[in-house]
Amino acid sequence: MSEMRIKNATVYDPINGINGDLMDIAVKDGKIVDSVGGSAQTIDAGGRLVYPGGVDAHTHIAGSKVNVGRIMRPDDSRLNNKPRTKVTRPRTGYTVPNVYSMGYGYAEMGYTTAFEAAVPILKARHTHEELEEIPILDKAGLTLFGSNWMVMDAIREDDLDRLAAYVAWGLLASRGWGIKIVNPGGGEAWGFGKNVSGLDDPVPNFEVTPRQIVRQLAEANEKLNLPHSIHLHCNNLGKPGNYETTLATFDVCKDIKSKRDRQSLHVTHVQFNAWGGNHWGDIESKSEPIADYLNKNDFLTIDMGQLVFGSATTMTADGPVQYANARLLKARWSNGDVELEDSSGVTPLEYHPQSYIHGIMWAIGLELALLTKDPWKVLMTTDHPNGGPYVNYPMVMTMLMSKKRREKEMEKIAELTFDRTSIAGIDRELDWYDIAIKTRAAHAKVQGIIELGKGHLGVGADADIAIYDIKPDETDATVEFDKVEAAFRHAAYTIKGGEIVVKDGEITATPKGRTYWVKATAPADGHERMMEDLKMKFKKYYSVNMANYMVQDEYVEHPYVFETGYQ
Amino acid sequence: MIIKDVLCPFCGCLCDDLAVEVENNKVVDVKHACKIGASKIMGHDRIKAPMMRDDKNGEFREVSYDEAINESAKILANSKRPLLYGWASGVCEMMKKGVLLNEEVGGIIDNTASVCHGPSALGVHEKGLPTGTLGQFANRSDLVVFWGCNPVQAHPRHMSRYSVFNKGFFTAKGRKSRKVVVFDVRKTDTAEMADEYVQVNPGEDYLVISALRAVVADKADVVPDSVGGVPKEKLVELGEAMKGAKYGMVYFGMGLTQSRGKYKNIDNAVSLITELNAHGKHSILPMRGHYNVTGFGQVCAWETGFANAVDMSRGIPYYNPGETCSNDLLMREEIDAAMVIAGDAGAHFPAQSIARMGKVPVIQVDPFHNPTTEMANIVIPTKVSGVELEGTAYRMDAVSLRMRKLVDVDFPSDEEVLDKIIAKIREIKGASS
Repeated sequence: MSEMRIKNATVYDPINGINGDLMDIAVKDGKIVDSVGGSAQTIDAGGRLVYPGGVDAHTHIAGSKVNVGRIMRPDDSRLNNKPRTKVTRPRTGYTVPNVYSMGYGYAEMGYTTAFEAAVPILKARHTHEELEEIPILDKAGLTLFGSNWMVMDAIREDDLDRLAAYVAWGLLASRGWGIKIVNPGGGEAWGFGKNVSGLDDPVPNFEVTPRQIVRQLAEANEKLNLPHSIHLHCNNLGKPGNYETTLATFDVCKDIKSKRDRQSLHVTHVQFNAWGGNHWGDIESKSEPIADYLNKNDFLTIDMGQLVFGSATTMTADGPVQYANARLLKARWSNGDVELEDSSGVTPLEYHPQSYIHGIMWAIGLELALLTKDPWKVLMTTDHPNGGPYVNYPMVMTMLMSKKRREKEMEKIAELTFDRTSIAGIDRELDWYDIAIKTRAAHAKVQGIIELGKGHLGVGADADIAIYDIKPDETDATVEFDKVEAAFRHAAYTIKGGEIVVKDGEITATPKGRTYWVKATAPADGHERMMEDLKMKFKKYYSVNMANYMVQDEYVEHPYVFETGYQ
Repeated sequence: MIIKDVLCPFCGCLCDDLAVEVENNKVVDVKHACKIGASKIMGHDRIKAPMMRDDKNGEFREVSYDEAINESAKILANSKRPLLYGWASGVCEMMKKGVLLNEEVGGIIDNTASVCHGPSALGVHEKGLPTGTLGQFANRSDLVVFWGCNPVQAHPRHMSRYSVFNKGFFTAKGRKSRKVVVFDVRKTDTAEMADEYVQVNPGEDYLVISALRAVVADKADVVPDSVGGVPKEKLVELGEAMKGAKYGMVYFGMGLTQSRGKYKNIDNAVSLITELNAHGKHSILPMRGHYNVTGFGQVCAWETGFANAVDMSRGIPYYNPGETCSNDLLMREEIDAAMVIAGDAGAHFPAQSIARMGKVPVIQVDPFHNPTTEMANIVIPTKVSGVELEGTAYRMDAVSLRMRKLVDVDFPSDEEVLDKIIAKIREIKGASS
């Protein structure tokens, strides 16, 4: 296959400790190599910024709820329309882009890998149908387990091996990458229009608590030695005062040990879960105690869930919070209960800078990233499209890099915001290296895909490379934020698996990406007990037959199967 | 040989528990299916070979697939406003090709929902859709409302598998666990089996829904003595019953979407359900007809951003129901060529639209002869999906399942035919540009 050399690259590759070195990168057969021959295709980066391809560890890009958003919002699909070109299909949508725009949009920003963060097993076939149609990106899906009857029954009966066996089976059935838990237990309670109020509020009819669900799934996760930790959306999301639940939830996993070099707990879009106050009137930022906890503990990571002003389509397996949002905002409301497994909801909304509540949310996301000392612990996300669409990542990156950019944004934000947050007093400005961590390296580490050659540019890694039209040594990102944002919005080159897919911000090729999923072996006796329970549940409660339930190989055309399991 | 866990290619129930006996590559018996599903799987008179004719009043002559495909490509490539209609009784794989074909020809792709649950989609644009999967309702719903639909005839196994007679986790007594109410203009067979039949005056469903919303909002005092033919006492009783349900379920059909008020009825019904969720849990689900009519909405939405009626003449997907649905375009006499595939415009379109189709070249892609055949110039028979072809279908609750192949036949699949048409169109357009 082809060879390529990128010369005069200013490289930031945190996983390999490379911090702005001027160097050449050699590519052969889609991988990074030591050197290539003289006939290799050469790109002269001319000292411009080079990052590993971006990785998004938490985004909602495919499946039932994204399509519910599209069908509910033809108003959104009218935005950002572009006709097809010789290489691309037509593009539509801002918060809920069509599958083509989804892939092109990420690639244009130099991103090459994305994790769909919520896959109900029953609807996983749909998720994979969309993932297959998203061009360019490598991807994976996190499977929902947090309100599942099989899970809760095994926990109530204190049968960890059976639980682990079900997780292994569920990952196989959904072709999933890891354990996602959303509002543990709340999805089941929402089955009768209720919710759980915190870690120790038992799930109606199942007699297990959210605390047990989190704890046992974390233990099952390590028992199966999965590449990713549990991926948790806390209880009480979207409610003033919820930071206490968040801190208490961290503690649940404090002594969970992983055999892998990664966190044992990832808590997602913490911006929505770091709220103080008792009601909407006195809501305030509680990013400080959260950041303080992160500064003192090494077992967990989080992502920001940064808010971006403007239109958003909120979508989550947290059914009750969506009903509350829709009633509060008099917005359109779609709900999607999934039998035996979870709930979900989709509601469009608009974030206004003149709303102090939205202003506080905006501040919290940035505070979490800036007050936490170790950049590896807080990933940059917007929980696309909940906090705002992913196409705004370049703007968020500049806000992390420039106090002046933050101050410019603050000018349009309601004054009251600054009595309830600390953002105005934060001077920290992240550098090119930090941004490389927060947008690719740490995402790869958290998801456990460094060993698959993702998130870095070491020899043997996938040749996923972003070249941005900006020279770090000639650019003061703290001042020239507009220039930086423009560069991050449209990569000069995005190279995916050694192929140039973007040049000068335009899509030039649309190869199909691969889909990662985990095949885990489970304890044999646990597997036996689990299958007995599972067969009973299909016979009595599922509306589909077991033989038709599991995602078939036809739906994952380019799989990469990660094998692990119980030893 | 008995093939188990077979999916049924008939209605939106997409039953997946059939057992089909196959001997010497022929289906000889179908178990567990309803009579309609069984009949479809057993097979009946199908179109044996591609056919063409110039004069729609003339006789068809058998032609080769190549000739039929090339001629179809020519018609579509030369058309200024081609309509690609149907996309219901087929698998998702062919629907994706349909969206691509529409890009190639800059036409309009429209699905049978256009004359069926299209107004439901408009209601969803206005208010959303609080819903769930059928198993959720089977396990939980203690109050079941059928509004303007008649599953006994149209979805024969719905009541036994999902909604009324089946036993679930919280509905262990099956039929006895549920109160069943039917709102309809006439006493259907479904109404005969209900606990309550509420006769609504034709075209006055919207009023009845509004009255129920008033009762639910504790504003019964504003409700007149009789609304839409339903006495106030009955409305208060039903509104209170809905409020008291643990899991209330409303299934609705054409009686709501295609009667006076159309999408506004759905808008109002969704509002009722949304408000009821402040009391117990409530969901609503359209009773989709064809086994994969739901699939087209899904495929078209993720491919184009819109679920139906997508006009590609501007080079970008454009959707505006009232302007870009099949019948809008046919009645405005804009359409100058049509392909009808996996659906039957001939049987379901109004006379004015049919008159237009009578004047323009029509290509039919379908295994079976139907009223559309009568106005076709080209007929291309294909495999029967779910019997002769594997592929994906979406149940009425948007759960996707993989349909099985039961027998082998020599007919091409819809997807193969579309692939060839697309290739030929590219050849024609490439040569002319």
